[in-house]
This record gives sequence, structure tokens and C-alpha cells, in this order.
Amino acid sequence: MLRIKDLQAGIEGKQILKGINLEIGAGEVHAIMGPNGSGKSTLASVLAGRPEYEVTGGSVTFNGKDLLEFSPEARAGEGLFLAFQYPVEIPGLSTTNFIKTAVNEVRKYRGQQELDAVSFLKVMKEKMKLMEMDQALLTRALNEGFSGGEKKRNEIFQMAMLEPKLAVLDETDSGLDIDAIRIVSDGVNKFRSKDNAVLAITHYQRLLDYIVPDFVHVLYNGRIVKSGSKELALELEERGYDFIKNEIKEEAAA
Amino acid sequence: MNMDLIRDRMLAFKHNEDGVGFSKIRSEAIDLFEQVGIPTSRNEEWKYTRLGGLFQSPFTFPEMSMEVIEYSANYLPGHDTANIIVFVDGVYSSVQSKVTSKGLQIMSLEEGHKKYPSFVEAHLGDSQRYIQDGIIALNTALIHGGVFIFAEKGKLIDKPLYIYHLVGCQRNNMLSQPRSLVHIAPGAQLQIVETYVSIGQKESLTNEVMEVIVEEGALFDYVKIQHDAVHANHLGTTYIRQIGKSVVHTVNLTFQGKLVRNNIQIIMEAMHSEAYLYGLYVQDDKMHVDNHTVVDNRVPNCYSNELYKGVLTGHSTGVFNGKIFVREDAQKINAFQSNKNILLSETATINTKPQLEIYADDVKCSHGCTVGRLDEEGLFYLQSRGVSEGVAKALMLHSFMMDVLEQIKDVELREYIDQLIVNKLHLS
Repeated sequence: MLRIKDLQAGIEGKQILKGINLEIGAGEVHAIMGPNGSGKSTLASVLAGRPEYEVTGGSVTFNGKDLLEFSPEARAGEGLFLAFQYPVEIPGLSTTNFIKTAVNEVRKYRGQQELDAVSFLKVMKEKMKLMEMDQALLTRALNEGFSGGEKKRNEIFQMAMLEPKLAVLDETDSGLDIDAIRIVSDGVNKFRSKDNAVLAITHYQRLLDYIVPDFVHVLYNGRIVKSGSKELALELEERGYDFIKNEIKEEAAA
Repeated sequence: MNMDLIRDRMLAFKHNEDGVGFSKIRSEAIDLFEQVGIPTSRNEEWKYTRLGGLFQSPFTFPEMSMEVIEYSANYLPGHDTANIIVFVDGVYSSVQSKVTSKGLQIMSLEEGHKKYPSFVEAHLGDSQRYIQDGIIALNTALIHGGVFIFAEKGKLIDKPLYIYHLVGCQRNNMLSQPRSLVHIAPGAQLQIVETYVSIGQKESLTNEVMEVIVEEGALFDYVKIQHDAVHANHLGTTYIRQIGKSVVHTVNLTFQGKLVRNNIQIIMEAMHSEAYLYGLYVQDDKMHVDNHTVVDNRVPNCYSNELYKGVLTGHSTGVFNGKIFVREDAQKINAFQSNKNILLSETATINTKPQLEIYADDVKCSHGCTVGRLDEEGLFYLQSRGVSEGVAKALMLHSFMMDVLEQIKDVELREYIDQLIVNKLHLS
């Protein structure tokens, strides 16, 4: 589904990703872990097409198409979804109106008929139930005055509404208490199917107790330096990132 | 040469004793105008808005003979049931006006003077006594064809009063000078919505003065919609005195015109009065829009809140100047003011100046202004959800304006305004 080959990218002339290789297939859950500054959020931003970032080498294909050629909105249409680490507050924009606009723009892109008000509300109610989403949040302005947990729930709710092929979760657990992590993870798990995939980016192993990955990758200094099964995450949790750093130093010395 | 034309016209009016008793106030205005003249940019109040160009070519003055002008394309929503006043070339047209609400009286200023001489004599010209401004003097010196609006004591006027200003721009450079005096009696409530329609292709200049007296327990709700032709110039002064404890709510919207200056002056003369001032200007091309507001707290315990927002693109220029005065002994004042702007092009400019003059020591006042671009992070957020760039920008701009738009309480009128903005910004 997603094939990243030797991806190099940076911001303001500073190289951050120094050759990422990663393949994600349908039905899989991948986790990317790594210390601060290793390039985790940069990877998420580059995949979603954040304009400040510049790709300087490599390629990303998504369902056989060159992802990097698409505008951010076309990437969403193609089935990529980024759950933001810091969802943006937009006062004056009703959450429901925004989601309706987004759903219909994406449907238009996919050649599906736009939903009228009635069918939209029906779909929204189903997903609200599924995601345990509070209706009160949807009548408010987009993310305005939402707590950290409410913002993240809103992200996952939008994901459910847009039905992406690949959901990239950028530090979705950061700043959340245990209840919020559980609710958000439940939402992601309900979304999972054999046809879609999840890329969970996180600093801590704790999220992966709830969203259990098939593969864990360690990102360090702009490269994936180690890949393994979910046990790798536990090892990292136990031994800290230093053991990876030390391994790399040893390799370099040898 | 054009100033001679104006002076001749003033002199003709001075000697015209047509049985109306406005000669005294006209005389005062002529004297004032002789002193101060048309404001120049040396005058601090007019620093960023140059009027010189407007007064170079000769004006056509309106005739008293009233044309009936077709303007149904410009009807505001609810037109059929609303109270209507029509001005043609700045002159009140009684045949095209109508009253549908009980407790509302509309008549020519001359009739108003006959019927309520003490009130009209006491208050007509209040604005000129407040600020010595050449533009107000020009209107006052040539007062004729004005309107008197009276909301009777204790009456809640159930329908809005729509004032349409029609200007026939077939003739050269029409100078129209609408004048109105509004009396909101104790306990009365009235909403006025003003809009401007220039018909024809010639440049025009409207110099309007509205004076409003709001009494104890009364409420005045005012919406001014400036969406006139691109060649229409507009100078407008809305001077509001809260002489009794009362509530005033104004929304000033400017979407089209060549040079537009809106003065809104609110004089709070009774304790526990409230004033709300909102404004929105959306400008493109070379449009120039200047909003000058005054909130003058003369007594203690008043509350005012002001929010003006602007979106500017093209080579347009904007000015915001908001004054808050708190007079000596006017303690316990709460006065807030904010002006926020988004510039969509490199070539658009805004000059924004909040101005607080506080002579009391126990007050709560704040002001602030911002000038920025559309929030890139918000834009990317919306795009990442599949919303195309154009629609995302529209949503962002719309959300920026929302807190002002929400101040238009009538849903149909708000949707009408919304549509004007959507069309203006070529959104979706």
C-alpha cells in the first residue's frame, strides 16, 4: 500500500530525514518509535504534504501512485489521513460543517456522490456511536477550547468519517491520560480492517499496549535503524533509547 | 472652482427662508465650513483619507423633484413587511416610503420640526457641535429634504426600518447629502438597516449625517451595509447620543465602493448605558475604507465593547481609528476595543490606530489590534482533510468574520450578508 524508498527531506535547508525505507501493506499496523528530534513528526508531515517541508531525494508510492506529486487535499482524497499531534483550533468554524465539507470534498475526489444533509447526519450518528463521540463537541467551533483529549478524539472521529486507506497517527497519545488513550485507541481499533493500515508514531510504548502493532521500527537521526515485532517496543521501554544509540556507536566503531 | 459652487449653493440656502426654520443652524454650519473647509490630510482625523480629489470636479446637486427609481434587485430580505424609507439623490422621498409598524412615525424633517419643534431645535445639529468637521458642516449647511424618524414612548417597533439611499449616477458627479434625525423615546426599541444603491455609471459622492437620540430604557439597533457601486464614494456620520440609560448596538459592513469613510460616534451620557460596536470590511482592487469610531464615556458605570475586522486584498487600503474617551469622574467604566485584519495580498495596506484617552482612575479599558495573513497551519489542517485550497481559504476567512456576522441577529439578513461576502471574495 505504502512504499517509502530512500526518502530524504528537510526544512529550511536542514536535512532531517536521511534515507527512510519502509513498506506498509494492507491490514498492517506499524509503529515508529524514536527519541525526540529523530525525525518522527517530519516523516508524518512529509507524507501529508505539509508545505514547509522539502523532499530532497527518494520516493513515496501510495497504492502505486507517486504520493509526493499530490497536493495535501489530493492525498486525503487518495486515502491518506494524518491525525495531527497538535490539531489546529479554528474559532468560528463549526465542527459539523467542516466535517461535512471535508467528507463531500473527499467523496467528490473519489467519484462518489456527495451526501445530502440527511444522509450525512445518518452517517455521522453511526460513527459518533462507534467512536463514543460526544455530540456537544460537534456543535462547537473546530477544536476551539477543546481539551487535549477532546482534540485527539475529534481527530479519530474525522478519520472514521473520511474512511482512509492509511491512517498516520502523529503522537496521538501525547498529553493524554490513560482514559483518553484508551478511548482514542478503541476508536483506532474499530477502524482497523484487512483493507486499511495504520502507522502509529509515538515516543512511548504505552500506546502500543492498546494499538498492538505488527511491526515496530526505531527511527534515529533520520534513519530507521532497527525493525522488529511488538517485543522491540517493550525492549525500548525497558532499556531506553540509549541502548539503540550505543548499538549504533558500536556498529560505527566496528 | 468647485468650492465656489458649494459656496454659491450655501448662500442660496442661507437666504432661502422657505418657512422652515433651519436658517440658524445652516448659518452656523456655513460659518464653520468657511473656517475649516474640506478636511485635508494635515487634519489628524483625515490623515490617511484624502478627500481633495473628490472635490475637484463640479458636482451636480439634486433636484427636489422626485424620481421614482426601480431598485427591486437591491431589496433586503423581508422588504415587503419592513418599514421603508427611500432617499433619492439624498432627498427623502415620501411616496416611496412606508410605515408598517405601530408606534413608528416617519416624516420630512420640515414636518418633524413643525410637529416637534422643541425636540428638533434642541437636537438637529448635535453632531456639528460635537466635532468641528468640514464634512458634517457641508451637510448641515445644505440641510434640506431630510427625514425625521420617531419611535414612540414604550413602543417595541416590530419590524426593522430599512433606509435605501438611491443615487442616480446618470448625471455628472452627483453630490447627495442625506440627513436624518432619529428620536427613540423612553422605553422604545428600533432597528434601522441602511443600504446604498447607486444607479448609473458616473462617479458619485454621498455625504450623509444621521443623528440619533436614545432615551431612558430604549434600545437602538443599527446595521449599515455599504455594498454600493465601485464608483460610489461615501462619507457617513452616525452620531448617537445615549441621553438616558440605554443600549446601542451597531454593525457597520463595508464591501464595496470607491472611497468609504464611516464615522460612528457614541456619546454615553447616562449611567449604566451599554454600547456595542461591530464592523466588517472586505476590500479588493483599489478600494479605500476608513472606519472612525468614538465611544465617549461622560458618566460612570458604562459598558462598551467594540470589534472591527477586515479582510483586504488587491491594492486596497484600510484605516481603522477607534477612540475611547473616559471623562474625568466617569469611574467604573468598562470599555473594550479590538481591531483584527487579514491581508491577502502584498499590496494591500491597513493603518490601524486605537486611541484611549482616560481621565478617570478607576476604569477597566483594553484595546488591541492585529494585522496578519491567513493562518497557514489552519489552511494545511483543512487541506489535509481533503478540502481544496480555495474552499479551505473560504472557510478560514468566513470563520474569521463569524464573530462579527453573528452580531446580525436576523437570520435572513445575516444569510444575505453572508452571500454578499461569498460573492465578493469569489469563494466557492
